[in-house]
Amino acid sequence: MSSQEQAVAHVHRDDVGARMGMWLFLFTELILFGGMFILYSVYRYKFPADFHIAAKELNTIVGTLNTAILLTSSLTMALSITAIQRKQKALSIFFQFITIVLALGFMINKYFEWSAKFHHGIYPGSETLLSKPSGEIVFFGLYYVMTGLHGLHVIIGIVLISVMMRFTSKEIVNNDSYVKLESTGLYWHLVDIIWIFLFPLFYLIT
Amino acid sequence: MSEAIAVPKNGKHPSYLDYQGKHKGFLGWILSTDHKRIGILYLVSILSFFMVGVTFGFLMRLELLTPGRTIVDAQTYNSFFTLHGVIMIFLFVIPGIPAVFGNFFLPILIGAKDVAFPRLNLLSWYLYVAGGLLAVISILLPGGPADTGWTFYIPYSVRTGTNVSLALFAAFVLGFSSIVTGLNFVTTVHRLRAPGMTWFKMPLSVWSFYSTAWVQVLATPIIGITMLLVIIERAFGVGLFDPALGGDPVLYQHLFWIYSHPAVYIMILPAMGIVSEIIPVFARRTIFGYKFIAMSSIAIALFGSLVWAHHMFTAGMSNTGQFIFSLLTMVVAIPSAIKVFNWTATLYKGSIELATPLLFVLAFIFQFSIGGLTGIMQGVLSVDIMVHDTSFIVAHFHYVMFGGTGFGLFAALHYWFPKMFGKMYNEKVSKSAFWLLFVGFNTLYFPMFIMGWLGMPRRYYDYLPEFQIYHVISTVGSWILVIGILIMFGNLIKALVSGKKITDKNPWGGETLEWTIETPPIHENFIDIPTVHEAPYQYKLNEATTLKTQEVK
Repeated sequence: MSSQEQAVAHVHRDDVGARMGMWLFLFTELILFGGMFILYSVYRYKFPADFHIAAKELNTIVGTLNTAILLTSSLTMALSITAIQRKQKALSIFFQFITIVLALGFMINKYFEWSAKFHHGIYPGSETLLSKPSGEIVFFGLYYVMTGLHGLHVIIGIVLISVMMRFTSKEIVNNDSYVKLESTGLYWHLVDIIWIFLFPLFYLIT
Repeated sequence: MSEAIAVPKNGKHPSYLDYQGKHKGFLGWILSTDHKRIGILYLVSILSFFMVGVTFGFLMRLELLTPGRTIVDAQTYNSFFTLHGVIMIFLFVIPGIPAVFGNFFLPILIGAKDVAFPRLNLLSWYLYVAGGLLAVISILLPGGPADTGWTFYIPYSVRTGTNVSLALFAAFVLGFSSIVTGLNFVTTVHRLRAPGMTWFKMPLSVWSFYSTAWVQVLATPIIGITMLLVIIERAFGVGLFDPALGGDPVLYQHLFWIYSHPAVYIMILPAMGIVSEIIPVFARRTIFGYKFIAMSSIAIALFGSLVWAHHMFTAGMSNTGQFIFSLLTMVVAIPSAIKVFNWTATLYKGSIELATPLLFVLAFIFQFSIGGLTGIMQGVLSVDIMVHDTSFIVAHFHYVMFGGTGFGLFAALHYWFPKMFGKMYNEKVSKSAFWLLFVGFNTLYFPMFIMGWLGMPRRYYDYLPEFQIYHVISTVGSWILVIGILIMFGNLIKALVSGKKITDKNPWGGETLEWTIETPPIHENFIDIPTVHEAPYQYKLNEATTLKTQEVK
């Protein structure tokens, strides 16, 4: 039966199609977060004063630092794709590695930020939080859910980029066929752009 | 795709049913990335869940035979209608036609060897099965099956102690499966059409699969995040929807319906595609108004995404909001009516052959028209206030979802069955099964219009004695319907086991690409990708041959 298998098998490759599928997937991600942005805008409209007070509790410095880290990681991601296009395999792997390091830095920052909040007794269902007005409860609910889900995406991104590092070193991703790395890059930029909206909404508008 | 296929030793390519890939036997099915095998996997799993849903529906009807307790207590009854809804909506009607017939026939209809992402395609089936299993587990675990109705309305869904979180997570996973299928189909239609197959030479079912796929991609994430938020709300008490913590339960309803209304178009559009496919074949005529039917699919997908709040006219909304959503609701009726008129115009002066698939299609048009027209009634604000949450609504959406999509799926099953399996079913039996289904369906659901109009609330366990006559008629209808379903599936299973073998490429005389390939299709469908020269359904060109065969007859 192996003759059959060879006879009918064909190699199908369609980079444009693969990229298109990835963009469609990114649309779904945007809409997923879109649902939460709708919640944010409705509740901001409903409780403007409470949101104003609650936002003051967030640490703008940590937020700014994380924004800088994530923007830089998007740059290194883009550089790694350019490197593979120029046949610089080692450089590409290096930039992917830096991207992962920056992503981990983001998560560590996030960890300290969240634990500080927990330390002050601000977490869903806590007594301190429940004693506050409804608007603040909703604000911190949104804060934890949205940054939490974003953090989950950062972790998925770290896993994806690690797989890409392996693919690049085994030359499954090479200068002729790099659509997998490109799609991972697109995903990483999505994670970045969602943060770019989260940052002002939670940290800057007070 | 350029690699030529060598002719095997005996000169005949094995069909996809006999084809031996990397894995053999059972593994060869559940690890196959062949779109046809995945279509069959979906067919088996979806019809299995359909039978589970039918069982719950049947038991509900039995319970309502008499006022008060008949066979189960009220809590069990609440679980029955929840499970019936969740299973039928998320595991049968939404994936139904696209996942089974879209998978099997979309690539063939556009002249491709497979979908754009075959491995993602298999993943979508695994997600489907995982979602289905989670739903089943949520029934069996202590805590009891969910009792919220398939809409999971806040605040009850955050308060009840039943396994709501697990049922929600099942719906989330199923939504993911649906998204994967959707993005696969959009990419497939854009990238893999055979040479010469321009957009307006695509068969009409491809248009409807394409518009459905867009709705799947763009609407499903909203329900995904909403379900996830309710799970988080239940687990951590975050307060995003729960009014006790400052949340807004009406906002939940908006987010729910922003998906779930477009979802009804995910359900009905593919069935409309099937109807457009079958009518020209059995009327032996070119479809009337091809471009209008194609564009009306897009229009339905577009307008259907903008009408969600008509489910919430009684939930508190500004007059302006009510006016806009009421108007848009009526606008959706226009493209739907365009389709119905074009279908009947195609039948007019055709040489009609009343085969089983066409019978189901005619029943579709009849029942969909009733369902659609009562839908417009509900779009009228004053009427909606009166019939809201009555069994009038239940009758309406069953006329559309079951009388429409369900019958469309059965039509597709009878239409493509010979091509899929190379076996023919007993037509006499399938026709009598059809009549049982048709009579049973209408006996079951039509009384609900009347008692709903008279004030019978939906989802109620008990009712006033004056409603009993309608409930009895309805329950008797459910018995006829179930007998019809059993005979229909029995007939098809018998055909699979011992049916007449057919190898005729084109048993119905269809004009689309699937009828030009082997029966059953070979692995990867086409030996050489065909070049398409003419639009589908060109029966005019073949009129001479058709006339000749009629004379011979």
